[in-house]
Amino acid sequence: MAEMIKVGMADLKAAVYPNALTTLGLGSCVGVAIFDKTTKIIGLAHVMLPSSKQTSNNTNIAKFADTAIDKLLDDMIQLGANRKYLTAKLAGGAQMFATNNTSDIMRIGLRNAIACRTRLSELGIRVISEDTGGNFGRTIELYSEDGKLLIKTIGHGSNII
Amino acid sequence: MGLSLNELNNLHMDVLRELGNIGAGNAATALASMLNKRVDMDVPKVKILEFSQISDLIGAEKLVAGILLDVGGDIKATIMFLMDIEAARNLVNLLMGLPVAEGDSFSEIEESALKEIGNILTGSYLSALSSITNLTLIPSIPYLAIDMAGALISVPAIEFGKVGDSVLYIETQFVEGCSKVGGDFFLVPNVDSYDILLKSLGVIGNG
Repeated sequence: MAEMIKVGMADLKAAVYPNALTTLGLGSCVGVAIFDKTTKIIGLAHVMLPSSKQTSNNTNIAKFADTAIDKLLDDMIQLGANRKYLTAKLAGGAQMFATNNTSDIMRIGLRNAIACRTRLSELGIRVISEDTGGNFGRTIELYSEDGKLLIKTIGHGSNII
Repeated sequence: MGLSLNELNNLHMDVLRELGNIGAGNAATALASMLNKRVDMDVPKVKILEFSQISDLIGAEKLVAGILLDVGGDIKATIMFLMDIEAARNLVNLLMGLPVAEGDSFSEIEESALKEIGNILTGSYLSALSSITNLTLIPSIPYLAIDMAGALISVPAIEFGKVGDSVLYIETQFVEGCSKVGGDFFLVPNVDSYDILLKSLGVIGNG
């Protein structure tokens, strides 16, 4: 029986076939979905902040793009994923409030998405598709069968990438 | 580096709870005079939630209206007032005195009314905070978003994320007649402002 495993805010999980992973209500946070098509191992991280190096409170490694992606990769390899075949998809990174303010807190979604792409590229993991930006929240579901990422929104339809 | 939210003791929690109480009390009074109706208020619940618990406790996919204001002046903070979509609908109907409109979508004038409600509620909350702490607090204009609760909460939660792994929130419930018009306040001081806020209340020393 396939299980839908929840990933909370500032949390990450890896899973094996036939399970699926989901994270609810992504706003400015970014969901990083990684898939290995050869073993059908999946991993999902709900990243809140771009870098662990900009704050001294960095004990929760799942919170930051750089450390969360590293840990997710480790966890997937532990489960037997083949690093060579990993591909990634990104969702989230929205700007929820249409403010004129250009302060960090407002542009955080954009910065999160950039940080995730940068870290993935440093690790040699290709981002094959993404649905980021905009001004709306997203709930995402990652399926181990084919690495399909379902994105659900309120009022902006749903989408598979 | 400022005080971490995880280091808050019972005294700090009591102070924050009392702040929530006074602020929400002020907000209820403002709401009552705006609606010209009696508004009852429950004792606010002040909670510290782990990020990972938020989606379960608040319902990350629930459709809510959130009004966000930036606070400047002596401290830098973000304040957000979050309401159920039904509560938002009730409030708008009450305020505009319209025959009961239904549904999840709001017209432009209704959105504007919602922003104004958020503005008044958070404004009265802030003015209570300001008179207790003697700090100057200058709110920005209100910004409105209607979307999933989790997505809206992530905005202040990210600011909290720089200091700790949990978020402080104050749940208030206003009741007018039999309509619930409640909501949650999230007051999120930035990293340095936490100390200033607690110091101004004499809860932590200047050391």
